[in-house]
Amino acid sequence: MKVAILGLGSVGRGVASMLAKKDLGIVVTGIADSRGGVMDPAGIDLAAVLEQKAKTGCCGEPSIRGEDIARNGDYDVLVEVTPTDIRTGEPALTSIRTALSRGKHVVTSNKGPLALHYTELMRLATENGVQLRYEATVCGAIPIIQTLQHGLAGNEVQAVYGVLNGTCNYILTRMADEGLTYDQALAEAREMGYAEADPTFDVKGIDTALKLVILANTIWKNGVTLRDIDCTGIDLLTAEALTLAGSQNCTIRLIGEVIPGRKLLSVSPRILPKKHPLVVRDTLNAVTVVTDMAGAITQVGKGAGSVETASAVIGDLLFIRDCHVKGD
Amino acid sequence: MKIEVKDAPGQLVAALKPISEAGGNIIAVIHEWDPTLRPKTRIVHVVLDLPEDRVDGLVEGLTSKGVSILRMGEERLLMKRSVIMIGHLMHTDLSDTVDQIDRTGFAEVVEIHMTMPGIAQRSSALLTVSATNRAHMETAMEILRTVAKKKELLLVEPMEEGI
Repeated sequence: MKVAILGLGSVGRGVASMLAKKDLGIVVTGIADSRGGVMDPAGIDLAAVLEQKAKTGCCGEPSIRGEDIARNGDYDVLVEVTPTDIRTGEPALTSIRTALSRGKHVVTSNKGPLALHYTELMRLATENGVQLRYEATVCGAIPIIQTLQHGLAGNEVQAVYGVLNGTCNYILTRMADEGLTYDQALAEAREMGYAEADPTFDVKGIDTALKLVILANTIWKNGVTLRDIDCTGIDLLTAEALTLAGSQNCTIRLIGEVIPGRKLLSVSPRILPKKHPLVVRDTLNAVTVVTDMAGAITQVGKGAGSVETASAVIGDLLFIRDCHVKGD
Repeated sequence: MKIEVKDAPGQLVAALKPISEAGGNIIAVIHEWDPTLRPKTRIVHVVLDLPEDRVDGLVEGLTSKGVSILRMGEERLLMKRSVIMIGHLMHTDLSDTVDQIDRTGFAEVVEIHMTMPGIAQRSSALLTVSATNRAHMETAMEILRTVAKKKELLLVEPMEEGI
């Protein structure tokens, strides 16, 4: 099976290095980052490309652009792992539309295009008889999308809620454990590489809301968008609030939840008993699905990280190879 | 309340009937079997929700049916929920915030723990609200949400499961 990779940041490097290390029968025929790219229908030497990227910051020729690879590359599956743009979804949106229109499968870790245009993109995939898979967009390594689409097939999903952002969870864990203020815990998260220089996207709950939008569309195909989510972040929480919660044997976590029966679509800091299954530590994620047959199922795992997210991308790739790519 | 009924078919239903006639809402019925009891009688615990002014009527209704009331306890507010409020709690009139809940008649703030780290800094408080039932608690929470929004306070609610 031939694959082209767009984006060589943390996720892209994780995917490329794992494909180089593991013999999965996947040939990479194109790779591009924001500064250039490389194409070779016979297969690219991934180790060499990763070394060049580490040395020069660019993976190939400036004349070869990601959009060229999407439009003209020789691949069965496009792996779209560029950073998320929540306003336009670009450049990922165009690359994904191009690949699907060409009848190519797509695997992405990019929340922007799915949160903005879920219905349109899924229709485009169906019309072209191909798969659009996005396990890596929600909860990193946790196979929540597979669980919803396949493991729990035939169930009526009544609710989905959880801790969907590792950065916020780290900050809240540290505030509760050490009595740190929000600013101190955020500074520490930055130092550890868990928070961006501009943490708005995470701490205001936007990242959690995007994941909820993707989960809600996956489950209920309801066309929910970011505007429908009632969103409150963690940036106004005080150290004293965590202490007060602690005095009740509780703590605070940023919870995203969709419960159609209660007309609930929200992201907000909530009080939970310390023993609650969603009270996970540090950068972990946890997500609960409640269904009519299975009852409640909670999955816990790493929500971010290069190789952890690559696990979700590669899972999608192998699912497509085993179920949808003919011939090879 | 704890009542004693005759151990014969239909007696329990007959004993519960005055409760619904008095407008009471039966929450739980626990049947007790005690070998030391007088023969042909059973003791039943009934948990019910009834407006205070109708309690006397219920007692009359039950005794007239030959049901003896062994014990009757009263807890007016059944549900408790703790929330955390963060912001300029004193400067936005905390007693008004509390009063908005208290004057509903069906819910009240029964406990407040508050921390004020410094002048001009935001304070944090744990408020425990009691209400007569789940629906009333929801209404009380809705009032708190509206007040918090208006006074620019952050309201942190407990995670309520259930679909």
